[in-house]
Amino acid sequence: MNKKSLAYPYIIWMIGFIVLPLIMVVYYGLTDNTGSFTLDNLTEILVDYNYKALWLALGLSLISTLICLILAYPLAMILKKISLNQHSFIILLFILPMWMNFLLRTLAWQTLLERNGVINSILSMLNLPKLNIINTPYAIILGMVYNFLPFMVLPIYNVIVKIDPNVINAGKDLGASNVQVFTKIILPLSVPGIISGITMVFIPALTTFVISDLLGGGKILLIGNVIEQEFTQAGNWHVGSGMSLVLMIFILLSMAILAKYDKKGEGTAF
Amino acid sequence: MRRRLTGMVLASALAITTIFGGCKGSGSAGENGQIVVYNWGEYIDPDVIDMFEEETGIKVVYEEFTTNEDMYPKVSSGAAAYDVVCPSDYMVQKMIEEGLLEKLNYDNIPNIANIDKDYLESAKQFDPDNEYCVPYCWGTVGILYNKTMVEEPIDSWDVLWDEQYKGEILMQKSVRDAFAVALKKLGYSLNSKDDAELEAAKQELIEQKPLVQAYVIDEVRDKMINNEAAIGVIYSGEAIYTQRENSDLEYVVPKEGSNVWIDGWVIPKNCSNKEGAEAFINFMCDPEIALMNFEYITYSTPNKAARELIEDEDIKNSKVAFPDKDVLDRCETFNYLGEEYDEIYNNLWKEVMSK
Repeated sequence: MNKKSLAYPYIIWMIGFIVLPLIMVVYYGLTDNTGSFTLDNLTEILVDYNYKALWLALGLSLISTLICLILAYPLAMILKKISLNQHSFIILLFILPMWMNFLLRTLAWQTLLERNGVINSILSMLNLPKLNIINTPYAIILGMVYNFLPFMVLPIYNVIVKIDPNVINAGKDLGASNVQVFTKIILPLSVPGIISGITMVFIPALTTFVISDLLGGGKILLIGNVIEQEFTQAGNWHVGSGMSLVLMIFILLSMAILAKYDKKGEGTAF
Repeated sequence: MRRRLTGMVLASALAITTIFGGCKGSGSAGENGQIVVYNWGEYIDPDVIDMFEEETGIKVVYEEFTTNEDMYPKVSSGAAAYDVVCPSDYMVQKMIEEGLLEKLNYDNIPNIANIDKDYLESAKQFDPDNEYCVPYCWGTVGILYNKTMVEEPIDSWDVLWDEQYKGEILMQKSVRDAFAVALKKLGYSLNSKDDAELEAAKQELIEQKPLVQAYVIDEVRDKMINNEAAIGVIYSGEAIYTQRENSDLEYVVPKEGSNVWIDGWVIPKNCSNKEGAEAFINFMCDPEIALMNFEYITYSTPNKAARELIEDEDIKNSKVAFPDKDVLDRCETFNYLGEEYDEIYNNLWKEVMSK
């Protein structure tokens, strides 16, 4: 059988579930109720409240991405050092929660963080002050970091583990200190993983509406919530699509950066 | 409005059940065809569906929605052919105006006689000749508060703006309900189309926002039961349930007036089994069945015969489930405000949310 024909199911899949929906988003985004061309849906983003939601989403997702990076990089380094058995166990620990539904995990955080929730019950039992972060941006950041951390760890780990030990040994033989080995060898070689991790955390964090809804108490509106509400509450698919297109610009930008730094696709998660 | 679990979890659970349990029903397709029912989440006693299937031989495909606004695009786009849907008053009106609904043939719904005439009369506000909609549940919107956490009994919407309850207040996260609270507090109609009144209501809501712990829909119920907050805006139907679970809770319809709503069964134009749908509606109006549903979901039933059958005198005469006429006289139903005002409300709500 011709090898190419094996690809047809995937092509049909991609056309049906990726290309066609995208075309519909573009169509809705660039037309109004009567079906005539307009750019109003795109400029809707400049309205005060939409604009603020976009900035807030950018801010929170940047912070979350940074925290993920700070947590994930040392972990990836540790994973590289320890024995094979142990590190597959730690990786399993990271992947295990992902087998559970994302919504349930986020709902669990809601229960944990609530004022009379699990964490506060334990704290008050120990006579410690209560933790009041539920329904604040801090809870949203926590939710983002928790949910997306594996997407940062795995690409960085994948890149670091492939660094040839001979390169490091050569560096050491030539008199490089541990710090120099790290800054001159390991860090530059792991850039593709870092970039890939950043995009894989930043994009879902930027577009999320579930985390902000469940952990923000409905008080904090991110751009994802604005778009979701356009579709569900307001029933205005045109504006919703228009703003999705604007959001897509940011996503395409991050993907362009990824493509520039990770030409060989080394930094992929799985 | 009346779902009991977060809809998103439900949706995902539904997805799982359709994947793993999808083949369960297909072997036993009803000999008298099937109907697709689209109802609020947790808004029926599941046994009732089995009983209906057994009695009529019509298979029921049952789906749930979270808000009227979620339901509307699915029905209006015709993307899915539902046979029976259960929208609220103003949404029924909107769907009638847009010609989305089929007139009911009451020859097939003799049990309509069990429905209290008063409710059919109030249903005329959105369905002028009772042609399209059979009332299923009704109730008021009010304040649920924890007697141990507030200073004195509550009787006014003003308490939701009281600084001393900062962080103790749960508001409804839906445009019309939130604006109804603010408009009523200011003494306006909750169907206001006056731009100045709406602007004032928006300002009230913005002022209130720092005091609000969270904007939620059904979570009010669980949060109040768990003493997470002192005061919450809630539907009367949830109040009985919450009181059962936590006896410190008290429900009140504020003196400024509130919203009284009716949810009813309607049949969309693109239904595929109208007789089956009418048989279902008829079944729902059966006193025994209406009683089962009432006891399961605790939302007030407009079914007079069913109310007579309630054994627990406290519930039967409950002022929460069946408020006095003077309370109801203070309350208004929501009207459909037209596309223009829908958008105005939505935009004002977005301004509130983004503050």
